[in-house]
Amino acid sequence: MTAHPAPNARTDQNRNADTPSDPHIAARQKWMSVLARTSRARLETEWSENHSSESWTHLREPQIGMVMVRGRAGGAGQRFNLGEMTVTRCAVTLSDGTVGHSYVKGRDRIQAQYAALFDAVMLRDGSAGDFIDTLAAEQAAAKRDHARKVAATKVDFFTLVRGEDE
Amino acid sequence: MYVAVKGGERAINNAHKLLAEERRGDTDIAEIETDQIEQQLSLSVTRVMAEGSLYDRDLAALAIKQARGDLIEAIFLMRAYRTTLPRFAFSKPIKTAEMDVSRRISATFKDLPGGQILGPTFDYTHRLLDFTLMANGEAPTEAPSGENPIDENMPRVLDDILNYEGLIQDEPVPVDENAPVADLTREPVKFPAGRDLRLQNLSRGDEGFVLALGYSTQRGYANSHAFVGEIRYGTVSVEIEPEELGFAIDIGDIELTECETVNKFKGSKTKLPQFTRGYGLVFGQNERKAISMALVDRAMRANEMGEQIMGPAQDSEFVMEHSDNVQSTGFVEHIKLPHYVDFQGELELVRRMRAEVEERLAKAEAENGASQPEAAE
Repeated sequence: MTAHPAPNARTDQNRNADTPSDPHIAARQKWMSVLARTSRARLETEWSENHSSESWTHLREPQIGMVMVRGRAGGAGQRFNLGEMTVTRCAVTLSDGTVGHSYVKGRDRIQAQYAALFDAVMLRDGSAGDFIDTLAAEQAAAKRDHARKVAATKVDFFTLVRGEDE
Repeated sequence: MYVAVKGGERAINNAHKLLAEERRGDTDIAEIETDQIEQQLSLSVTRVMAEGSLYDRDLAALAIKQARGDLIEAIFLMRAYRTTLPRFAFSKPIKTAEMDVSRRISATFKDLPGGQILGPTFDYTHRLLDFTLMANGEAPTEAPSGENPIDENMPRVLDDILNYEGLIQDEPVPVDENAPVADLTREPVKFPAGRDLRLQNLSRGDEGFVLALGYSTQRGYANSHAFVGEIRYGTVSVEIEPEELGFAIDIGDIELTECETVNKFKGSKTKLPQFTRGYGLVFGQNERKAISMALVDRAMRANEMGEQIMGPAQDSEFVMEHSDNVQSTGFVEHIKLPHYVDFQGELELVRRMRAEVEERLAKAEAENGASQPEAAE
């Protein structure tokens, strides 16, 4: 999770992302990132089980579009446009006026809508906090499981010393 | 003059129906689902996303199904679809140093911090056909897990190891980080092209073309002997900063393959010799393309390095004007479409030229008597 580098910073050198200064923003960035990685089915089920009494309206209907992904030459140099990815965005308003936003990878309008709804609920009173924590823990566990499988493919190459090189 | 061809509507409709039937094949065989393509032909999906220049696995799978597995046709479908979508934002530059790697190897350093991680690779397989796959064999056993996950911190070979001693050149960063970045999808390409434009062009360029050019640099048509400093494949998160929010948010992960090459050195009277770099970055898992891209990127830096142009891979204009397979296939294949009127014109021209020559010959013959029966064409 990162925040904005200072404008005109020479480069963020592709590492050591700045930590956001505002803890509210940092917390919101965290849950938005978790929601963006959660399937539509999972979000839909949770909403209908625990939040179906909410009344809300679309501030912006789910819309499919693209983000141009940028890279850096050599990983840390000059920026360039790598290629686009599909993204869906949505904005909703809860009955008390709280506005929630989402931008999620892919073209699932319903997923984007629920991600915006949970964002709004979290902003209003944090009442989906346990759900977000569970999702975050699951995502971290899946990542760790994968990283352990990958770790099993770590090798130690060795080169043979030839006689004349002694 | 262009003259439209009319008619043939019924034949065209029927041809497309026949195409649909052939695409489906034998109906006794189960129809392939796009999610099967997405999961089980994932490297085709990867290629279609990279060269279609649009990261969306489901769409790429659909394009492959619709194109009957013709990947260039599928890439064409992706390119056409992307023109229908609005662009919301540019991402912040992705951080490949923070990639969750599934594979990471170096051909230059054996013992590097973080280790050599093979990941899911065809390397070291025997390239023998596995008939159990055809016989619907059992699902493979689950891959084993290491006791611990891989190191979270994977230093970069070029920046963190080689450059520690100043042995490799730095990646130049423009003074103004907010300077515009060239985008060939929005403006026509002009030459000489900057490195930003060249990298964008190569990343979506045809794999076969970029591979062949990369190979040509190794065979001597450019003088930039390369080692693979590092290849990494895995996922990175993409961040954008929407105006309505005013801070960066993470919108999900994409898979990427990155290759950095360490190339022949350069030095001068005032500067110590240093290795130089080539860079490859592509959507999905495709290290053949990433390595080739890095080779060609390095070759195209010939002017910057003050090198003599001796091969096609160093000629940016040649490379960039021919790397796009949608453009290439469009122009190559268009000559099969009706050119009746053009051809009629050519036909008449040849006939007239022939008639003129024959007339001239006949006249000469009449003037010289019957002594010269033949004339060279």
